[in-house]
Amino acid sequence: MILNDLNQVKEKEQAAQKKIVLRCCMAAGCMSSDSKGVKEQLEKAVADAGLQSEVEVRGVGCMKLCCEGPLVAVDPKNELYVRVTAENAPSIIAALKGGKANVEQTDPDAAFFKKQFSIVLANSGVVDPERIESYIAADGYLALHEVLNEMTPKDVVETMVKSGLRGRGGAGFPTGLKWGTVAKSPGAKKYVICNADEGDPGAFMDRSVLESDPHSVLEGMAIAAYAVGADQGYLYVRAEYPLAIARLQLAIKQAKQMGLLGAGIFESPFNFNVDIRIGAGAFVCGEETALMMSVEGKRGTPRPRPPFPAESGLFGCPTLLNNVETFANVPAIYRKGAEWFAAIGTEKSKGTKVFALAGKIKNTGLIEVPMGTPLRTIVEEMGGGAPDGGKIKAVQTGGPSGGCIPSQHLDTPVDYESLGKLGSIMGSGGMIVMDEGTKMVDVARFFMEFCMDESCGKCIPCRAGTVQMHNLLDKILKRKATARDLAKLEELCDMVRNTSLCGLGQTAPNPTMSTLRFFRNEYEELLQPDTFGAGATHPQTVTK
Amino acid sequence: MSSNSTPVETPPAKNGTQAGHASGDKRFKILEVHMKKHQFRHDALIEVLHKAQELFGYLEDDLLLFISHKLKLPPSRVYGVATFYHFFTLKPQGQHTCVVCMGTACYVKGADQVVEAVQNELKIKAGETTADNKVSLLTARCIGACGIAPAVVYDGTVTPRQTPASTLEKINQWVKS
Repeated sequence: MILNDLNQVKEKEQAAQKKIVLRCCMAAGCMSSDSKGVKEQLEKAVADAGLQSEVEVRGVGCMKLCCEGPLVAVDPKNELYVRVTAENAPSIIAALKGGKANVEQTDPDAAFFKKQFSIVLANSGVVDPERIESYIAADGYLALHEVLNEMTPKDVVETMVKSGLRGRGGAGFPTGLKWGTVAKSPGAKKYVICNADEGDPGAFMDRSVLESDPHSVLEGMAIAAYAVGADQGYLYVRAEYPLAIARLQLAIKQAKQMGLLGAGIFESPFNFNVDIRIGAGAFVCGEETALMMSVEGKRGTPRPRPPFPAESGLFGCPTLLNNVETFANVPAIYRKGAEWFAAIGTEKSKGTKVFALAGKIKNTGLIEVPMGTPLRTIVEEMGGGAPDGGKIKAVQTGGPSGGCIPSQHLDTPVDYESLGKLGSIMGSGGMIVMDEGTKMVDVARFFMEFCMDESCGKCIPCRAGTVQMHNLLDKILKRKATARDLAKLEELCDMVRNTSLCGLGQTAPNPTMSTLRFFRNEYEELLQPDTFGAGATHPQTVTK
Repeated sequence: MSSNSTPVETPPAKNGTQAGHASGDKRFKILEVHMKKHQFRHDALIEVLHKAQELFGYLEDDLLLFISHKLKLPPSRVYGVATFYHFFTLKPQGQHTCVVCMGTACYVKGADQVVEAVQNELKIKAGETTADNKVSLLTARCIGACGIAPAVVYDGTVTPRQTPASTLEKINQWVKS
């Protein structure tokens, strides 16, 4: 495959484009509401009406407004049908010739869609994730071609540094710096790993990206591999995402057939193979050293760093590890330039961030906004606020490692630093909205139970500390705790945070600490008066 | 748990030459072909366990020993990995499985009430199977279906926006069948 072939595929695909395209969401959310049946019936209705030459029914990835699925969009009429059933198909096809379909519609120009800025999700809901031609028609693999033919690995790293992209897995480490470190590490064999072990409950951005646009992740990985000098890549995907795994397998097969993965990509000396490794349900495997243990087929327990994976990672070789969303940003950066990317977002947080908006909010689904967008814009304008006239109490970001941001801080811009100041983290992008009915102590216990179950057991602060903290939270919730228990809880939070081995333990107290910071009264309301009364000595001190 | 079938008799030295398992169960042969595809590499252990669970439904001792012999790994390593990951189950599942997603989005939308309703109805706890082996109740960490919360997976089919009533209706269909 050379540039000419790539352009030919693109031209052929564009020439085959029909006048009307019905885009039917085939991501996991809509699939669970029978979007497959909808697509089949739409195809049948098109055939029945004899419109095959004019109308294409295309299965596409996520169209973002997941709560209203299955979604069907009509181009170029700019119509978006919601909650479509298989029985609605003939009505939608009949309406193509004028008139109105007897199906609920939503405004595609509403704030939920208009306020989005798509880089990672640009192809999501537009291209057919099961056909590589569809991705190529959207300028896919063009960036890889340019990188391989016109840039040295050093240039590639420099461009990444200039773009200012930071890791989208949560910690926000500068991607260019990471690439540079791996590139400089000595070693004949290097690896590139894509972390698709999206374990945070309430986050589904990576699942959607993999289901909707798998090739962008593969292309990003290939560019990264060229930059650091790797020839083998692994995609570590959760077993809970069967559709994402199937689409990735298909994408890898198609890319290999076209010579876009494998040996001698674009007839250059560059080789790159990608294998999928399926996770087996361990949250700790999102931590990079634990993930590599799991790829090696072992128990996913983390190890101390240094050595960092960039020096000694998978099988002891230098390894580059990035998140799905980070890789999905890569092709656009090389296609449109580092300056273009660096102009988006804030001074320290460049580009966009994808969030999975869920919980007690009207519009649940995926949103991609420039960094620095205020939370209020996301929750109130795009999300439409709490359903049934409720009031938003807090927004939870960062999953079990993050915190709850109370409604009085909704004007905070979303970037790595601002969220950190509030005791939360950007995290991978899960954003759960909570309304007045949500009890914050209950939320803290929910996350602590999660961390307790998911603790791998390697280090004591996390293994034993999470159990003790969970017991204390449970005691508080059962109205059996006193002020002394609360003090003990705070002490434990501090200890576990400072002494745990890996990120899981270090951040496990975050939800508790952030709810204590902003909703302390909810804890105190549940406390019982100290049975020993004021001034009385504690039995323990008496016996001494 | 116990295994009724005879233990593996293949000596380690004969690995790869003698195919299958002493019991003659064809599924062992399929599993071995899968291991061969991965060149019996140690780092393919998790892939092999996935395949084994897909074939047998759960991982019993005999099966783990078989894998350990074929991959030339100590049984402790195989057992250690199989018990570390939540996805692997060492107990047989019921005819039907009901997996309630307990991710944050589902939780704030009432997934805990769904679990409670099923627990009360079937008189089992999450992670258990009914005495007649009909229904297993499981909870999931997050299946990434937050946009349609609360989600429940009935026999592998993700179903959106569930309530205690809708879940019990489905469960009772199974119980009666």
